[in-house]
Amino acid sequence: MIEVRELTKRFGELVAVSDLTFEVEAGRIWGLLGPNAAGKTTTMRILTGYLPATSGRATVAGYDVFDKTDDVKRSIGYLPEIVPLYLDMTVEAYLGFVAEIKQVPKAKRKAAVSRVVESAGLKDVRRRLIKNISRGYKQRVGIAQAMIHDPQVLVLDEPTIGLDPAQIREIRELIRGLRGEHTILLSTHILPEVTQVCDGVVIINEGRLMASGSLDELAASFEKSDGVLVRLRRAGAEEAALFRGLPGVEKVEVEGEEIRVEWRRGRDLRDDVARLVLDKGLGLKEMRSVAGIEDLYMKIVAGGGEQ
Amino acid sequence: MRNIWSLIKKELRAYFSSPIAYVVISGFLLLVGYFFYSLITWFNAASMQMAQNPYYAQQVNVNEMVFSPLFHNMTIILVLVAPLLTMRLLAEEKKTGTDELLFTSPLSVGQIVLGKYAAALIMWTIMLALTAILSIFVFAHGNPELAPWLTGYLGLFLTGALFLAIGLFFSSLTENQIVAAFLTVVTLLLLLVLNWVTSSGAGGWRSVLSYLSFSEHFGDMTRGILDTKDLVYYLTFAGFGLFLAHSVIQSRRWR
Repeated sequence: MIEVRELTKRFGELVAVSDLTFEVEAGRIWGLLGPNAAGKTTTMRILTGYLPATSGRATVAGYDVFDKTDDVKRSIGYLPEIVPLYLDMTVEAYLGFVAEIKQVPKAKRKAAVSRVVESAGLKDVRRRLIKNISRGYKQRVGIAQAMIHDPQVLVLDEPTIGLDPAQIREIRELIRGLRGEHTILLSTHILPEVTQVCDGVVIINEGRLMASGSLDELAASFEKSDGVLVRLRRAGAEEAALFRGLPGVEKVEVEGEEIRVEWRRGRDLRDDVARLVLDKGLGLKEMRSVAGIEDLYMKIVAGGGEQ
Repeated sequence: MRNIWSLIKKELRAYFSSPIAYVVISGFLLLVGYFFYSLITWFNAASMQMAQNPYYAQQVNVNEMVFSPLFHNMTIILVLVAPLLTMRLLAEEKKTGTDELLFTSPLSVGQIVLGKYAAALIMWTIMLALTAILSIFVFAHGNPELAPWLTGYLGLFLTGALFLAIGLFFSSLTENQIVAAFLTVVTLLLLLVLNWVTSSGAGGWRSVLSYLSFSEHFGDMTRGILDTKDLVYYLTFAGFGLFLAHSVIQSRRWR
């Protein structure tokens, strides 16, 4: 549904995006992950037709972004990083205006506004002025305007930035609810967002592609070892030595208040580790898997400098 | 066309849902009303005196003595009013990031520029229509000629069309509304006074400068002269202003 081939964007000397290639299948939610200034926003602006690329190709919903810009614009709903709101309008009037400029036929406009008000949970504020509603509601209005013309593709730039934890959870649920109906590309620099919401991820750093694929594929290809982080009553050399004695364990390290226990991928020593903790009465406080996206992301971004 | 109309409606709603429209329209009407009142008072006294003398009595002309100076005064007020109508049109979209919504919608830059321009021009037309009410008194109690009054109003409309196009261009240059407004005022004042040098004689530039100054062209129209030369002047320069605004936006996206 979204295809990007060798995309490059320069601003004078600055190379914002360099030789970027990736693909997003129809109906999936894909994360565009990278630290700040990695080129996420620039990539999205090119896909939505806001900026022209310096070189390379991109197609959205089968239309070339550069030759068929208007068709692309009709097939994409876009939430920019700074939500484009007219503060002096009511929520309803604003959505009505967006429906007009997105060329929703006049007969269907009312229904379109009602539909997005419903699905973005804006019923309570539909007649309020946008300047008077909360940050979380403003973000919802932003997502609602992106969906107003029922586009095949949604491009959401940092949809949860600046929200409080409760609002973040709500917005994530809203986005998850759109899976299947829309193909979604969302950018973020927050790791849990990808694991909680996305099917796959494109990781970029300094404008370059670091990795892309579904979450499982990536985890398998980047992790040779598997392991857990254990938080105990106390973490010292004594406890570490106990874990080292377990058969199959390859590496044990004390990391602050936690102990990292690793073994070769393919086996699973979680039960053994847990049993040891209980038998020795080490006072278990927490135990979690290390093969998450967090490790992966840190490795990729840290390794980016060497490539 | 439908796209342009959507933008026009949005801009008009923006004018009227903020204090801008009410403040600008009422301030404009207050000033025009005051000028009208003082001109009529002066005209009453002057025509009374002139009626004493059969030679001067022939020369009493309400068009020349009331409408013409009133229209000139209105263009001077417009120098201050036009920037207020245009300064936010493009600058604010850029500043608040809403330009990203417009430019990722299936709208062309030309449609965006025209929609915003048309909205400002409609505001100016509303203001002109409201001032026309004052003229009703003159037509009811006197016998002014209709033709110079009509060409005068056409001249005012075209002057607005020119000024607003210049204002829109400056609004496209910056995201700071005050900068946009100030540059517009400076340019419009220059246009207003460019022909002053011609009276003191500045060589070959004289005819160029006096052609550039809108007062020359506007003067014709308040006297009831409708010359294609004047129409061409207004339409070319207004069109040029819109073309520049369009180019600025286009080039900013390609940079």
